[in-house]
Amino acid sequence: MQQDADITVTATNGSDRRRSNPAGRSGHGDAGDPLLQVRNLEVRFGDGDPVLHQVSFDLQRGERVAIVGQSGSGKSTTIGAILRLLPGNGRISGGSILLGGKDLATASDGEMRGIRGKKIGLVPQDPMSNLNPSMKVGAQIADALAANGMRNRSAIRKRAVELLTEAGIPDAGRRYGQYPHEFSGGMRQRVLIAIALAGSPDLLIADEPTSALDVTVQRQILNHLQTLVDAHGTSLLFITHDLGLAADRTDRIIVMAEGRIVEVGTPRQILLDPQEEYTRRLVAAAPSAVAALDTDPGRVLEPAAVTATAGPEDILVVRNLVKEFALRGQRGGTVKAVNDVSFAVQRGTTTAVVGESGSGKTTVARIILGLEQATGGEALIDGRSITGSNGAQRRMLRRKVQPVFQDPYGSLDPTYSIERLIDEPLRIFKVGNRASRQQRVAQLLDAVALPRTVAQRRPNELSGGQRQRVAIARALALEPELLICDEAVSALDVLVQDQILELLADLQQRLGLTYLFITHDLAVVRQIATNVVVMKSGSVVEAGSVDKVFLAPDADYTKELLGAIPGAAFAR
Amino acid sequence: MAITEIRPAGLGSARGRIWKSLHGSPLGLAGGAMLVVVVLVAVLAPLIAPYSPSEVHFATPFQKPGTVGFLLGTDDLGRDIFSRMVYGVRASLEVGALCVLLSVVIGTPLGLLAGYWRWLDAAVSRLTDVTLAFPFLIIAVGLAAISGPSLANAAIALGIAHIPTMIRVVRGETLRIKESDFVLGAQTMDASGLRIIFTHVLPNAASAIIVQATVIMPVAVIGEALLSFLGLGIQPPTPSLGIMLSDAQQYIFRSPTAAIFPGIGIALICLAFNLFGDALRDAFDPTSSSRK
Repeated sequence: MQQDADITVTATNGSDRRRSNPAGRSGHGDAGDPLLQVRNLEVRFGDGDPVLHQVSFDLQRGERVAIVGQSGSGKSTTIGAILRLLPGNGRISGGSILLGGKDLATASDGEMRGIRGKKIGLVPQDPMSNLNPSMKVGAQIADALAANGMRNRSAIRKRAVELLTEAGIPDAGRRYGQYPHEFSGGMRQRVLIAIALAGSPDLLIADEPTSALDVTVQRQILNHLQTLVDAHGTSLLFITHDLGLAADRTDRIIVMAEGRIVEVGTPRQILLDPQEEYTRRLVAAAPSAVAALDTDPGRVLEPAAVTATAGPEDILVVRNLVKEFALRGQRGGTVKAVNDVSFAVQRGTTTAVVGESGSGKTTVARIILGLEQATGGEALIDGRSITGSNGAQRRMLRRKVQPVFQDPYGSLDPTYSIERLIDEPLRIFKVGNRASRQQRVAQLLDAVALPRTVAQRRPNELSGGQRQRVAIARALALEPELLICDEAVSALDVLVQDQILELLADLQQRLGLTYLFITHDLAVVRQIATNVVVMKSGSVVEAGSVDKVFLAPDADYTKELLGAIPGAAFAR
Repeated sequence: MAITEIRPAGLGSARGRIWKSLHGSPLGLAGGAMLVVVVLVAVLAPLIAPYSPSEVHFATPFQKPGTVGFLLGTDDLGRDIFSRMVYGVRASLEVGALCVLLSVVIGTPLGLLAGYWRWLDAAVSRLTDVTLAFPFLIIAVGLAAISGPSLANAAIALGIAHIPTMIRVVRGETLRIKESDFVLGAQTMDASGLRIIFTHVLPNAASAIIVQATVIMPVAVIGEALLSFLGLGIQPPTPSLGIMLSDAQQYIFRSPTAAIFPGIGIALICLAFNLFGDALRDAFDPTSSSRK
């Protein structure tokens, strides 16, 4: 079966990944001696019901396997169990985890200390918080080496520099003495990879290693990780929520949901011929897969018709917008976060602003919302600027444009009830009386498909998707014409993300809303937008209809972005 | 809790969560129970104390604890130590409560304003720096010199000493909350600054303010004892735990219990507040809550 998988993948996707040396894999591939054997694993927290049910899988030497699932599916719990680092009062209540014949489920804590680092390396999720900010980067790698039994200091240093170089950090000798804050996110993730590989482990566990990084950086890091893993013959267990990413990077995909393994198969089987209902839904919802698979031009042309009927009137005009921020500590020094940005949004359409972190897309949104003052140029809503007007006119403009923020956990005041959250704008604008406001809240809850009973609940009783619905309901309370969605679906699981996008599309059709969709996710753009503005380092690189930009991009940067969409290999 | 997706429904409300967390902390419960006892003693002092605190029994000075009629013995003037302690606890809590009230009433608004509006921040921060530069003993001596030592002046001196810490805590919370998306959202609805401060920032900072109050309280109780010990606070014959310590000091070898019991009293009050405050902080702590 493993052999099959290899052959299929080779045959269908022979580009990038085959370049790396598969010797390690074919040598041990189906030797019948899996490196890791998880059998009927069951995990409980305290005395509660199990959160993992009968999880069983094998991992061959040199094999790359992905565990894909949404938050709460048990993928992190699974690796927590393998590393015996379950949080809180979690414990393994059944089954076995055999690593090279040794059962980790029953190993003592002392034995586990010898296994972590030496046999199993971990690349954690967040490169920002997983390095000690007050410790030199080199010293942190040296620490890992010393923990693995190296004693000679100069040898440790030499090896650490070697590891840094191997992880793709240029000028590693000088970088050795720098602190984490002097490294970018991608560089920090490379350092973490170097630390994970310090003990030459047989198994490398990567827990969402790039979900905090931009797509182009993500691609570099993963390419590099893959090369390293193949060169060392290390097995890789790759945890991700992104089906496209898993398909690109691994030989086999394990789909998990609610603590159970739903389906196991090669990327091709899972993406193109899913057997289980849940997998099918996951594949359908995965924006990267959809965007990649959907090459039918008819579908994307459809929204253009809506534009035509809505009329050519521009609701939002951004003209030569410039925003400079003063640099701290440098007198008179400024950085241009937004540099001469111009675009227009037609009423009733969806325009996406795409860019990586630092591209200035959020600053543009904040200026349009009147939260920042532009240094130059203007952002006009129906011909007027929020920051340029005051009193009644500003209030009127603010009613026309409302935001939906990225993090539904941060955008709702946790001390408020849902009803109070949704009617807050009504109270601020003194719309109606108590009874009419209550009625309006009920209407809005209906509009975003939430039961009316949630009105008396508080945000922390709701799931992420439900909260985002509340945030949308609140944004709609004043009957705005323009919604600024700043990464509004990025924090959500794919299935939920899909539902929210559907809701937004539905609301647009019913209420004639206009969306300005700020996102880093090109796949989402393809799904929802009519027009797209690509930004890089504060400037517009390319703008135009989604069809044009996606099918015939002009700018090199756009091409690079499009190439970095995971799962694209399964488009053709 | 790290795995919160499996959090059972119904534990969602903040109040329920805090209540549950307090329940799970035996030390916090012990502190809470001690606190209830201390407050009851202070409130019901006239009912509990067998004698008036200043009632003198010249015939029976320096009685040992356990003597019939005098539970904890008597001091150099034959006054009942138990009765004096009961009233002393009352005085301690009065000063402590006044001090907390003062620091909350003055510190919270200043902290909110300084945190929310940058242009006010510099002014308020300099003011707190200046206040912090004065040792509170000097303030107490100054107040005593101006209007005579008294319970109120001791509370004011202690209150002034603690306002800066309250300002800093509230300012820090405000700076954090100000950056949250729900405040940005309110700004896009054209909510005024004051409205945001009072409807969004204050409720979210409330837990930090409450916790800080439980930190200030025991320090103020000790401060009151110190000031009274030095003669800058409550004046004899009004009983205070500090005055009892100061009176007993002269006879410490003849009758050590006269100093030991008030000392234990101060220690227990502080312990109660500290235990309860710690449990409260854990209960409010966002990292132990079910955020994700």
